[in-house]
Amino acid sequence: MDLKELYQDIILEHGKSPRNFGKCEGYNRHANGHNPLCGDHVKIYVKLNEEKKVENLTFEGSGCAISIASTSIMTELVKGKSFVSAQKIISDFLNMIKSSSEMQSTELNEDQKTKIMSLSGVKQYPMRVKCATLAWHTLTSAIEKKGEKVNTEVSDK
Amino acid sequence: MNIDNIKSQFPIFSKKINGKKLVYLDSANSAQKPIAVIKRLDDFYKNEFSNIGRSIHSLAVNATNKFDETRELVKDFINADSKEEVIFTKNATESINLVASSFGKHNIKKGDEILITELEHHSNYVPWHYLRESKGAIIKFAPINEDGDIIIEEFKKLISNKTKIIAITHLSNVTGTIVPIKEIVEIARKKNIPVLVDGCQSAPHIKIDVKDLDCDFYAISCHKVYGPTGVGVLYAKKKWLEELPPYVGGGGMISEVNKNTITYAPLPEKYEAGTMPTAEVVAFSQSIKFMNSIGIDNIVNHEKEITNYALDKMKKINAVNIVGNPKNKAGVISFTIKGVHPHDISTIVDEEGVAIRAGHHCCQILHQKLGLLATARASIGVYNTKEDIDMLCHSIEKCRKVFDL
Repeated sequence: MDLKELYQDIILEHGKSPRNFGKCEGYNRHANGHNPLCGDHVKIYVKLNEEKKVENLTFEGSGCAISIASTSIMTELVKGKSFVSAQKIISDFLNMIKSSSEMQSTELNEDQKTKIMSLSGVKQYPMRVKCATLAWHTLTSAIEKKGEKVNTEVSDK
Repeated sequence: MNIDNIKSQFPIFSKKINGKKLVYLDSANSAQKPIAVIKRLDDFYKNEFSNIGRSIHSLAVNATNKFDETRELVKDFINADSKEEVIFTKNATESINLVASSFGKHNIKKGDEILITELEHHSNYVPWHYLRESKGAIIKFAPINEDGDIIIEEFKKLISNKTKIIAITHLSNVTGTIVPIKEIVEIARKKNIPVLVDGCQSAPHIKIDVKDLDCDFYAISCHKVYGPTGVGVLYAKKKWLEELPPYVGGGGMISEVNKNTITYAPLPEKYEAGTMPTAEVVAFSQSIKFMNSIGIDNIVNHEKEITNYALDKMKKINAVNIVGNPKNKAGVISFTIKGVHPHDISTIVDEEGVAIRAGHHCCQILHQKLGLLATARASIGVYNTKEDIDMLCHSIEKCRKVFDL
């Protein structure tokens, strides 16, 4: 195990200064996520426009560096994507964190893939995987308008 | 016995964690086991195993006697009046659930009040919540101040004619507050209200004398007292155990069973249904002997020295904030580091072989009160040394470095 792989500079930087933080104007989808193991909460706000494009994507909440960075990076990468494209990126990310070694999706460019791969260090820390996936499960709930509260103890089983 | 050599009795400390010497500071969660306990488990299964209290063959008689010897040791350990007041359970959580259920059945009605505190572990809140749901009882929370001490005056004000039971921790698993149980019981006695004490954190670290405390119920978690998992103790005054209905029904807890009527076994079996964790209870005798061999006063003094050393040293580290400052504090040190989430602290110190806990420690009410979502917690056991604390502080410095603080 290597702490430097887990706490890469980009993670620390996003953890300290998260992007797209706050409640965005005119959001029409939202969901809450909760990690009962640590008590962390995240709220995801999505503004999906008429063409079903993610026009805006923001979040509120508190958590560890991994969880905040993962959420922040997610908002950067998914903002501006179509509904279908967003779903593909989410499932690609969740696959990468759980098993696959790379991001397979064609939805992201190389720079974006590099950014997202900075989170792959958590694979070596099974107890921390949920920190990285909470926001992504919550985003799924928001855009698919399930409206249910996401609980990592259920979503990651 | 030399307190400095205690670590050598614990085989786990010869193991390396992440290539580093193990510094175990998670004893409030569960304590490590001395070799005598491990050997006794092994030995019992190899040479003495049988179920207890049922068959009359030699192995069964021996196992029954050994099981009973632990009960005797527990009785003396907590200074109970008789062995009949010592009930073995699955864990302290079950001990509290037993009281909530059996006491609540006939003694709690709609609108009755249960008084607990903001310090309580979920296991001393959720069982009472069941009564709130099933009976319409009201749960009141006695407030704490910012030091983590219960405000006795406020506590008194919350007692009413409807208060049917007080359930309170002896030692907080977050702030390390040692609660003045004797004072609480004296207040309760004036109104004739029974008191349940959650002794999970206190039993391994301070002297327990249920006669002196005069409490009605006392719950103990054996795995925190250097014993096996799967065993808890419920001490209860005999009059309660005689009066209250049994909790779990099944084999071993009956006197006579007919198609129309069932009578229950005498104490303590009335509350011990089904096959008990026999080997674990037998092996728990070695935990008590281990504690007795050192002496509770020596344990208290040693842990106080290590705790004070830790507090002094940790307070000197910039950005570290110790949670709570109770008047009387045991070796539970919850802390935060400005700019580093407790989960990140735990992962980073773990790389140095330092095991601490991060999260809400099953005390969300307390964390909400303190305005915190989570804390990191270093908790001290009898085997901890000043070197362990040095290593903790060194690894905290590493957190600061990783996060560039």
